[in-house]
Amino acid sequence: MKRQIPLMLVLVFGMFLIFQYFIPHETSEEVYEFLLDWITIIGIFAMALAIWSLFRVAVAKVRTRKENWGYSIFTLVGLFSMMIFGWTAPNGEGWGWYFVFVLSVLLSIGMLVQAMTVKSGRGLWAGLMLVFVIIAVLIGIFDNAWSFYFMSAEPLENPMFRSFFDFVLMPILATTFSLLAFFIASAAYRAFRARNLLATLLLVSALIVMLRFNPYLAPIFGDYMAKTSNWLMNVPNLAAQRAIVMGVGLGIVATALKVILGIERGYMGKG
Amino acid sequence: MKKTTFILMAIVSALFLLSWILKAGSLSGETDNYILQGFLVTFSAFLTLSVLSFLYADNPLYKFAEHLFVGVSAAFWMCMGFWTTIVQNLIPRLSDGLSKFFEQQPQPGDYNFFFFIPVILGIMLLMRLSPKGGWISRWPLAFIIGTTAGLNFVRYLRSDFIKQISNTFVPLLGTEWQGIGHFFSNLDLSASGQLVAIAANWVIFLGVFCGLIYFYFSKEHKGAFGAASKVGIWVLMLTFGASFGYTVMGRISLLVGRITFLFRDWLEIIS
Repeated sequence: MKRQIPLMLVLVFGMFLIFQYFIPHETSEEVYEFLLDWITIIGIFAMALAIWSLFRVAVAKVRTRKENWGYSIFTLVGLFSMMIFGWTAPNGEGWGWYFVFVLSVLLSIGMLVQAMTVKSGRGLWAGLMLVFVIIAVLIGIFDNAWSFYFMSAEPLENPMFRSFFDFVLMPILATTFSLLAFFIASAAYRAFRARNLLATLLLVSALIVMLRFNPYLAPIFGDYMAKTSNWLMNVPNLAAQRAIVMGVGLGIVATALKVILGIERGYMGKG
Repeated sequence: MKKTTFILMAIVSALFLLSWILKAGSLSGETDNYILQGFLVTFSAFLTLSVLSFLYADNPLYKFAEHLFVGVSAAFWMCMGFWTTIVQNLIPRLSDGLSKFFEQQPQPGDYNFFFFIPVILGIMLLMRLSPKGGWISRWPLAFIIGTTAGLNFVRYLRSDFIKQISNTFVPLLGTEWQGIGHFFSNLDLSASGQLVAIAANWVIFLGVFCGLIYFYFSKEHKGAFGAASKVGIWVLMLTFGASFGYTVMGRISLLVGRITFLFRDWLEIIS
């Protein structure tokens, strides 16, 4: 039962969605929409599971003092700060004691982790944790500048929630991706040598695409560089991408079929 | 902590504080929350520089940014999922009373008994945390896997295979062919001319065909088959070069964005 029912579920739902495509009936399309919504909803529960797992891993790293354990504290700080911002919002222009509340919550979590970690002096950390919890609770009760929201989506408009997205998430993400520019340039220096016809084709097409917007070349080449680049992107690039996409598509279809028919069972794990 | 690391951290902290004070000072006339805004801009610049410091070597500042990102992004997506999927999409469908409790405006026909099923499946997924009942989580997992496999089977077969083949069979003489005499008497060599359009169709058709031959490994690449395979690799090389150039330009534009942020928003050197 532990393995047979999941295999049956995969077969039934997989086959249903394949056949559903060939049944253009209102009910069939309604069920299809239902299933898509269900996946999204279950996905949120999976996300909760993932966050719990992240929390456990970070705390375990701190507790066992594994290599680089100190950085896991910042993971926890980021996690809980953003969660607080995501469930609270200011009521007006002022912030009141909001940031003291956030700090108290973070410190109480820190004290809790510390109390779980140390072998002696747990009482001290537990006491400190209690102090910060009391501070947070008191601010939560008496500070009217902000509120908790569990029922309506005001926290999505919380300036701190949005600021953390704009000033923490996006800069790290954009800079990490921009780092690749340097590594790609260094890789290109080694790879782009016109040793044979194939390497020359690679070099020339890359140069044309990269230099198309170069303002210094515009007086020499006019708009020929941009036109050639567009042609490269829209014609030979399209042709080869299409050949690759066909291979990839067939691979995905074959894998999906293997999963539906129960040949591929890796997702079930052991036991 | 090593003495050098300690000194480095002290210098970075001092510079951060200095930058925060200066930035808050420069924003004091522009916004009411200038201390908070000054902190956010300084912190964002600090994170950008921390990530860029990876170009030198892996270091504590980069690790700090990396770990913070993991925590913040996990909580961000959790909050977004909660507010947009659970509260706005699921709750109105579960019950009208619950919908009012969550301050959502239920639309007529929103309520649907079947939406209890993904909730039950989601709770079953959380059973993964139980040491003995972990196997129960396979059922919702099987539902997700089966549904996704079924969806992918049809979707990729259509978009990555059938549609690609259908789009490859383009009219090789163009859509405006009116005979050879008309073609030569109105010969147009410009990029929008008929000759270029016909050439593009030929390159697309032959490029896909030869590209696929290159990826076909069940027959030795000799004779006409080998020649076609060779043309295929030329087209592929042009594509790899163009894709490389395109990726580099994308990364460079991200880098330009970050550098602009540093020099305009943080240091205010450029306007």
